[in-house]
Amino acid sequence: MSELTPSQTVGPYYAYGLTPEGRKRWKPDDHYRWKETVGDDLVTPDAVGTRIQIEGVIYDGDGKPIDDAMLEIWQADAQGRYASPADSGARPNAAFKGHGRSATDASGGFAFHTIKPGPVPGPDGKMQAPHVVFAIFSRGMLRQVYTRMYFPDEAANAGDPILALVPADRRATLIATRPERGGQTVYRFDIRVQGDGETVFFDV
Amino acid sequence: MSLFYPRESLDAFPKHLSPGYKSTVKRSPSKPLIIVPHTLSELSGPVYGHDAIEDGDNDLTRQHGGEPLGERIIVHGCVLDEDRRPVAGALVEIWQANACGRYVHVVDQHPAPLDPNFTGAGRTVTDKSGYYKFVTIKPGAYPWGNHHNAWRPNHIHFSVFGHSFLSRLVTQMYFPGDPLFPFDPIFNSVTDEKARNRMIASFDLENTVPDWALCYRFDIVVRGREKTPEDVH
Ligand SMILES: [Fe+2]
Repeated sequence: MSELTPSQTVGPYYAYGLTPEGRKRWKPDDHYRWKETVGDDLVTPDAVGTRIQIEGVIYDGDGKPIDDAMLEIWQADAQGRYASPADSGARPNAAFKGHGRSATDASGGFAFHTIKPGPVPGPDGKMQAPHVVFAIFSRGMLRQVYTRMYFPDEAANAGDPILALVPADRRATLIATRPERGGQTVYRFDIRVQGDGETVFFDV
Repeated sequence: MSLFYPRESLDAFPKHLSPGYKSTVKRSPSKPLIIVPHTLSELSGPVYGHDAIEDGDNDLTRQHGGEPLGERIIVHGCVLDEDRRPVAGALVEIWQANACGRYVHVVDQHPAPLDPNFTGAGRTVTDKSGYYKFVTIKPGAYPWGNHHNAWRPNHIHFSVFGHSFLSRLVTQMYFPGDPLFPFDPIFNSVTDEKARNRMIASFDLENTVPDWALCYRFDIVVRGREKTPEDVH
């Protein structure tokens, strides 16, 4: 058995390597000349299901927006299949990867365009409610933190085996809100890294 | 292949709160993390193939009209899991300062020159043996505001994907013998010396190319072990 290479912070200067296009969108005249491999728009031509936008702001322990965080999401497709060899139900040649990456802007905001995931298998044959896994990286974070975003309009949340492990008074930190936005399906998921209303993070 | 991901392996990682590195004080969770079983959502992970990259993406010295200034180096190694099995087809991304210790990122205002022939970003995908290779220049040390006279040791930032989303790793590769090691709170946030040393590349004379470039070897071990009979209770 071999021992892990330790994690280190992503630092403040990752954007030109990891999220060059996202930065271009926010500062159109001032972008890095490097194409993007992992972006914040996950929608592919083969992606069926409800198109959604996930957006939010990430805050530090002083309630200040974190303007140099990097968020990655990992999700199933609308049928609840992960585009991964670990999922025996996955289609081998799906273009929809279910993986995205967003930098935060000067206001600590992030956004993803994707499709709403379906329910996926959980422990002991139970199904998990639809959710999106988040891994968050930032200057000041020596290792990523993991959390999950659930959807507010899902009866299945009540039976979700992971939500059930979260103290009831903190569960709301994992459930997005659904602001009205003409014609678009938007889910808002603010993340508080520390302090009042601290988002639940998982030890995985 | 059925892998599992023991949490004990993470003892090698820094703690979220490591006060010597001041930015961790307000950016670390204060409430206990909730222990959850590993479900398909954790045990699966994105796959990036060779279509994610283009020829030359792994050569940071050939992205512009001329060659960058600085010491040309080769950095190579394997991405492995905890059984030292190769992780094939893993996306490896790097970014770094130029030879003067300056990043092209707009926030970096360290008064050292930018190099018009160096951006400092590269990517590649590991082959069947988990092998990757970059050609770049040795990054310079740079000052930062953590404490009086704070300087980061020379380093290259790495972002790596493994077998699952739990294997996802962002780290930094250091160079052997750096005199700044004892003074760097990010490097020393890894409190175990052996674990710290796993972030230091080794000088690789065998693969150093005569009259052209020094070589450094950096193997990266990410989470994931095969279940053995004694693990199945
Ligand atoms: Fe750095």
